[in-house]
Amino acid sequence: MIHNSSPSPSPSSILATSTPVVQVENAAVMLGGRTIWQGVSLTVEAGEFLAILGPNGAGKSTLLKAILGLLPLSAGSISVLGHMARRGNVAIGYVPQRRHFEADVRVRGRSIVRLGLDGGKWGFPLPFLSGEREAVRRVQEAIELVGASAYADRPIGELSGGEQQRLLIAQALVTRPHILALDEPLDSLDLRNQQGIASVIRQISHETGAAVLLVAHDVNPILSAVDRVVYVAQGQVAVGTPETVITTETLSRLYNTPIEVLRASDGRIIVVGQAEAEDNSHALRLR
Amino acid sequence: MLSVFADTPTFSWDLLADVQLLFHYRFMQNAYLAGTLVALAAGMIGYFMVLRNQSFAGHSLANVGFAGATGAVLFGIPSVIGLFIAGLLAAVGIQTLNSAARQTRQSDIAVGAILTASLALGFLFVHLSPAQYASNVYTVLFGNVLGISDADVTTIVWSTLVLIGVLLFMARPLFFASIDPDVAAAHGVPVRGLALAFLSLLALEVAIAVQIVGVLLIFSLLVTPAAIAQEVTTRPLVAVSVAMILALLFTWAGLLAGYILPYPVGFFISTFAFGTYVVVRGGRLIRAHNRHRSSATTTGNTL
Repeated sequence: MIHNSSPSPSPSSILATSTPVVQVENAAVMLGGRTIWQGVSLTVEAGEFLAILGPNGAGKSTLLKAILGLLPLSAGSISVLGHMARRGNVAIGYVPQRRHFEADVRVRGRSIVRLGLDGGKWGFPLPFLSGEREAVRRVQEAIELVGASAYADRPIGELSGGEQQRLLIAQALVTRPHILALDEPLDSLDLRNQQGIASVIRQISHETGAAVLLVAHDVNPILSAVDRVVYVAQGQVAVGTPETVITTETLSRLYNTPIEVLRASDGRIIVVGQAEAEDNSHALRLR
Repeated sequence: MLSVFADTPTFSWDLLADVQLLFHYRFMQNAYLAGTLVALAAGMIGYFMVLRNQSFAGHSLANVGFAGATGAVLFGIPSVIGLFIAGLLAAVGIQTLNSAARQTRQSDIAVGAILTASLALGFLFVHLSPAQYASNVYTVLFGNVLGISDADVTTIVWSTLVLIGVLLFMARPLFFASIDPDVAAAHGVPVRGLALAFLSLLALEVAIAVQIVGVLLIFSLLVTPAAIAQEVTTRPLVAVSVAMILALLFTWAGLLAGYILPYPVGFFISTFAFGTYVVVRGGRLIRAHNRHRSSATTTGNTL
């Protein structure tokens, strides 16, 4: 994907393109001699919102990293926008799973967002060149998109977890990517911030038409936005709408052990069963 | 400004004459030229050092230089070369230990171990050196900016040009890798390669800066200006500029004070740097304290 400075295509024009933005074909990943998952096939259409779910250590992040080209496949193939997955693809905005910035990092948020645009480039640009004004405008656009204008000029280390997360999403958006890849963006946030970030992501996927791939422990905060879920467990995946995948039958088959899925009156999904014994934190978070 | 010491130059209110007097001697010209270049490079590289939390590593690199410089005297090679080689070895050592020990505390211990071992080695070199080189120890530890030769100046000019050129070239990826290594790697930035390149540049800067302020006082040009800059601004470009300007001002003022008063230049540079740091840092702490207290009072009133 060539870096394109013209405005990103509108959602309708993205939807009009027939090629899927991500195509995973019979892929497998091995890490340290252990097969993480295999036989994974998945097609992501433009503008789609996909949640990648599953217990800790099942390989959710690994799936995201494979799509980003950060990990080699042991079998199969992954293509992103018609090309082989590769590192440093500006068509993908990536927010990795993270701990927070240390409190003593005295760099303003705006400069952190700017890194997403040209932070990886060698050489030193002269501040008065023509590209600079456009870059500043792009950064401002991304900051406004995530609603971080009020604190974008404060030191990032002094911001709350939710504020930092918004700025990091802005950093991923600044190249106007076709795909937004988020690794547990709701992790370690309180409930109010979880809902705030979830609604920002939902809004971004509507406004920019970017496909969203979001790794999560808990599907509930994003349930209303999700088109399909990818459930990773026991080295395999199940793909489909939340109604078809997060069911007693599908999860019991996937885990190969009895699992019970309950739906609360407010629409929240609760998973109980053997998964709880195997991975306590997962079950607790899903609740 | 009239000096009370008869053997030191007398300054008048005629500024032009003062400046002419200051630059009358070749050694002062060399001192100012070398000091200016070293300060500019130090301010710039220091910003990244503070950003990367590598102040201690940088300090150790300088102290390892002690073994390099004393060893160079013993083996009859130029001390700049000895300093640079020792710094490079230490850089590789710190980098290897850093990637081996992921915890900061472990890496601090590792760096400290290298530091002490190299100081001991330097001690041995001094002991083995002929007696007439004993004064060299003093120079290595505290610098001798007024003893800089024309050949030294040439070395410093070239080293500084290389250093600033390379640092500018890798400035953005280095900044990215310092702030957020994971995302930088996803953007294709060679994070570990940059870490080693940065430490090597630091070793080069230390090798040339030692002549100005010595291995023990080098912190005042590398870390203090950058730390002050980060207190006053959060814009990276502005912060680097502020760090460079401050390092320059401390050096110029230190040279001037050292010329007028019969006390060492390194003392003045370090003291000016420290004094400014205390004022700026202290001012910010007091403001933060007041803000905290006033907000506490407000909360108290509403309750």
